[in-house]
Amino acid sequence: MKQSKIGAWIALVVGALYFVVPLIGTFEFSLRMRRGAYSFDAYRVVLTDPRFQATFGYSTVLAFATIVVGVVLVVPTAYWIQLRLPRLRPIVEFITLLPLVIPAIVLVFGYLRIYGSSSLLPMTSNERATDVLLMFSYVTLALPYMYRAVDTGLRSIDVRTLTEAAESLGAGWATILFKVIFPNVRVAVLSGAFLTFAIVIGEFTMASLLDRPAFGPYLQLIGANRAYEPSALAIIAFIVTWACMGLLQVFGRGTKALAAPAPGRVK
Amino acid sequence: MAFLEIESVRKSFGAQHVVQNFDLAIKRGEFVSFLGPSGCGKTTTLRMVAGFEAPSAGKIRIDDKDVTQLRPNQRHVGMVFQSYALFPNMTVADNVGFGLKVAKKPAAEIRPRVEEMLRLIKLPALGSRYPSQLSGGQQQRVALARALAVKPQVLLLDEPLSALDAKIRVSLREEIRTVQRELGITTVYVTHDQEEALSMSDRIVVMNEGKVEQIGTPFEIYNFPRTRFVASFVGTLNIMRGRVVDPAAGKIEVDGQPIVAAQGVAGAQAGEQRAVALRPEAVTLDQATGDRNRMQGLIEEVSFLGAVVRIRVRFKESAISLDTFNNPNVPPPGRGQPATVSFARADLLVLEGAPGA
Repeated sequence: MKQSKIGAWIALVVGALYFVVPLIGTFEFSLRMRRGAYSFDAYRVVLTDPRFQATFGYSTVLAFATIVVGVVLVVPTAYWIQLRLPRLRPIVEFITLLPLVIPAIVLVFGYLRIYGSSSLLPMTSNERATDVLLMFSYVTLALPYMYRAVDTGLRSIDVRTLTEAAESLGAGWATILFKVIFPNVRVAVLSGAFLTFAIVIGEFTMASLLDRPAFGPYLQLIGANRAYEPSALAIIAFIVTWACMGLLQVFGRGTKALAAPAPGRVK
Repeated sequence: MAFLEIESVRKSFGAQHVVQNFDLAIKRGEFVSFLGPSGCGKTTTLRMVAGFEAPSAGKIRIDDKDVTQLRPNQRHVGMVFQSYALFPNMTVADNVGFGLKVAKKPAAEIRPRVEEMLRLIKLPALGSRYPSQLSGGQQQRVALARALAVKPQVLLLDEPLSALDAKIRVSLREEIRTVQRELGITTVYVTHDQEEALSMSDRIVVMNEGKVEQIGTPFEIYNFPRTRFVASFVGTLNIMRGRVVDPAAGKIEVDGQPIVAAQGVAGAQAGEQRAVALRPEAVTLDQATGDRNRMQGLIEEVSFLGAVVRIRVRFKESAISLDTFNNPNVPPPGRGQPATVSFARADLLVLEGAPGA
């Protein structure tokens, strides 16, 4: 075996250990709730806790709403920039990166100042309005991931020519967007959607400061007061995230098969 | 009467004038090619006809209706792109039927029309395949079927064969021409390939730097180029530096050797420098008699190309290339040998403008 290959293997093993060992440690600890024996008691306690079900359900609903609003906002925007306003791309990319630069706590205080109960648009005056505000704040938080995923998908197809081809066949904008463009960036949109889901499920700062019963604050609450349950919750959150990644791979593979040249192509 | 009229159309991007005063009238059922090098404005003109670019000035009429301000989806023109532009998420049949679905035609009408189009392009069994499962040639045929399925008034093709290999290109251009003749559809074809334009078109529009250089039939464009650009762009051409001796009699000197142009040298003054041109196939390597022009020089290069042998004969400043058929019984002449070339007076073209212009 070449020396460079050995080096690569060593790097891979060290990297894997760095990620896997803490995970194994957390998993092992989560099984120790029953004294002297391994058990899934911590998982049972967590999964049967009504607050777990309520907060997880709340965050899931909010994640789906965030995904829908994010897709409706980002796909037409990225499409239009690619097609007609490529000069604006650097500005839009900069704007979409801002949520990574500005801490969530700064964003949420900004929201509270603008949409607080004494403002012109008091979105914190009732729970439903605050849910909407939280959902929009999640859209902002997920913007860097959603925009990049969609933009990458759009760059992989010839948006301009496909649009022109559809236009010359009589199609209007809605038909072009939903029948031609959207199906061809489906995997990219799903990628952005799963990333958004993973972000929303674990988000703490915004939900906590807006005082909403989301999964993130619940994780923090359990983590501060219990011993084994937080480890079980961490493993559950990890499984949810990896399930999202797995689904992404499944959907991605379906489209790759569509794009791959068939064997025995005739020239 | 013209079916597609392009009237004084101009297109500028900022200070750059990419199409300048383009005028053309195309008859119903005619096949017209825009021929020229990259950046000459041919694709921009086509895109203005399709509605993808708005002219800076001028009008475009289809069947006597002004379509200049109409959106592409209102013009009823079919477009075939260089990159095929098939929708990757749809099957071949769905691609071909897309325009009909958009027009809200009933399924009972769409299906037979799609089948008819697939038969027309000789791919009746491939309706259920995806574009990625087809070869480049097949994809372009599907793109053609898709454009024709909606029965457009005008068919526009933007370098549709450029991405294909040479053999497929030749067979596909014959297919396109056959289909066009069968349907009698008015067609505008953009290409930078002179062979494609010459073999397919009823008329050719040769363009350069945003301007129309010449409009004519392939026969006229090839045999009677009006400008040096057309002469050099269409076919292989020998261009030599000539000095006009007697304009009325068509007498010219090339490297001190007198030759005669049958049609005279209209508008030139004695002593004026003019570019003179000759097609390689008009020149023979012999001691011809009669009223043919003769010039003497030295053989500079002999290229054996299989069926054809290309020979370059150098005079002084100018040189001439000529093609002879390969004859196994007569070996080609050697380099450095003295040679006499001859050509008919009628084959000598005196181009407008000074040499090198």
